[in-house]
Amino acid sequence: MNDHILLPEGSIEKQTTTLNLGPTHPATHGVFQNVLELDGERILKATSTVGYIHRAFEKIAERRPLYQITPLTDRLNYCSSPINNMGWHLTCEKLLGVSTPKRVDYLRVIIMELARISDHLICNSIVGVDSGAYSGFLYVMQFRELIYEIYEEVCGSRLTTNIGRIGGFERNFTNAAFEKLEKFLDDKSGYPAQLREFENLFTRNRIFMERTIGCGPITAERAMNYGFTGPNLRAAGIDYDVRVHEPYSSYGDFNFTIPVGKTGDCYDRFLVRNAEMWESLSIIKQAYQKVQAFKGAEAEVYHADVPAYYLPEKKDVYTKMEALIYHFKIVMGETEIPAGELYNAVEGANGELGFYLISDGGRTPYRLHFRRPCFIYYQAYPELIKDGMLSDAVITMSSLNLIAGELDA
Amino acid sequence: MSLTNERIQQRLNEKFPDQLYNWQEPYGMLTFTGSKEINLKVMQFLFDDEELNFRFLSDLQAVHYPNQVGEELAVVYHLHNWVSNVRIRFKVFTDIKQPDVYSATALYQSANFMERETYDFFGVNFIGHPNLIRILNVDEMDYFPLRKEYPLEDQTRIDKDDEMFGR
Repeated sequence: MNDHILLPEGSIEKQTTTLNLGPTHPATHGVFQNVLELDGERILKATSTVGYIHRAFEKIAERRPLYQITPLTDRLNYCSSPINNMGWHLTCEKLLGVSTPKRVDYLRVIIMELARISDHLICNSIVGVDSGAYSGFLYVMQFRELIYEIYEEVCGSRLTTNIGRIGGFERNFTNAAFEKLEKFLDDKSGYPAQLREFENLFTRNRIFMERTIGCGPITAERAMNYGFTGPNLRAAGIDYDVRVHEPYSSYGDFNFTIPVGKTGDCYDRFLVRNAEMWESLSIIKQAYQKVQAFKGAEAEVYHADVPAYYLPEKKDVYTKMEALIYHFKIVMGETEIPAGELYNAVEGANGELGFYLISDGGRTPYRLHFRRPCFIYYQAYPELIKDGMLSDAVITMSSLNLIAGELDA
Repeated sequence: MSLTNERIQQRLNEKFPDQLYNWQEPYGMLTFTGSKEINLKVMQFLFDDEELNFRFLSDLQAVHYPNQVGEELAVVYHLHNWVSNVRIRFKVFTDIKQPDVYSATALYQSANFMERETYDFFGVNFIGHPNLIRILNVDEMDYFPLRKEYPLEDQTRIDKDDEMFGR
């Protein structure tokens, strides 16, 4: 660069600037520190520091009975905590050998896909915000609110949901939950209409395209080597999706495609996430139809029969001795779990969320490791932003969907 | 022809006769152990071999077994073949007094942070790692917190009964 200009030795133009982007920079949407070496506005070198909100979940989990670990998983990727909760329940169920009824599976699919939508819509609209288009963010935000209201109807909480139990849900879905779901799915006034408008604002927007195309690209091979999973990997062109490769929670019963991109840049990641939201909407519709097809007693099933792990209903606790015993055993964490070793993965909103659980037959896991997709693909970030502009680094970070809670566990 | 666990075991046994042991299949995932000297050779073979083709490192972490004298720390690799969609688990054990294991960073870029995390929590010294420093904990920390000798609860507390939780 600038070879044609002869600069004297030690002149200020030959020096680089060191800039701390973060840990609490407003543009990074979370606690991320990057020490950037800048030549003007061009990034020569980046060094990422992580761990600012590390909370030692893996250590804490070694002292908690299974059901008390669910709230810890909430705090990993808090934009889509239901997926983490369900992933953990599925891991426990696999360890215990519990098979869940179909209705539970479909209800879980509805909740998980809603969570995926809520995660993707935040990520994509934040890419918009970081590239200077604020309105899309405000448009879709009201539908995240509606999703949170659905969670609230199902489990009582919104962000850190602690939704479901080992074996199913804590209570059956209320009619209000289904009404809100219908409102969300409505083609005219619901999320599909809003998503179309969001796409109209962005997808062929000249400014947005020029801003994101070619920004932070990664090849399929590099992405695989860097341990990318989820939409970021698919944007690079590899159609790996845990929902398809190892169908859990009856994902095999649904028709959906895996959207893939080509270049792995910010624009492709944006398109892949948008397309995934359409697929999620389609999955939710299919699942809702299947749920509605259950009639009579079948329509009341909302958990599997696992008395040793599923907290009994309060009215049973007061009237039945067995329920009372199980209630105390579960609440006091006195249930011994079988010995075993397993790795179970679910497709989280930003990649393969894995749980590696070792149990030695005690009451708590011997070792629990969370494979957090963010943590693994974040190490590619310095390579992605190298030789780019500082402002590109900001949108690359938001389009990678980095969630500080998941990064630091 | 899909790749079965038996076929993987057979191929590995041909290449590394009598060097891999403790073959198991908990919950359907082929699990085996090798000595820590050959961990890179095994993974290189799994990576390069056209039939095995384990090109993706899903996860890497350690486990501490304080009662297994001489091999207290286990480093566990979860590898995934995306073409045949098979996962395997490969373990190497190391002495806690000299926890040196060869780094997989040359093979998988993704091992970089994961090995740093494992070093941070268990003190496994990955030989050949480009930047083996603490990642999630503070740099000044002088112990490895996920080892079993550091109990979670404050031991000076007497208002909590440890027997309640079994551990």
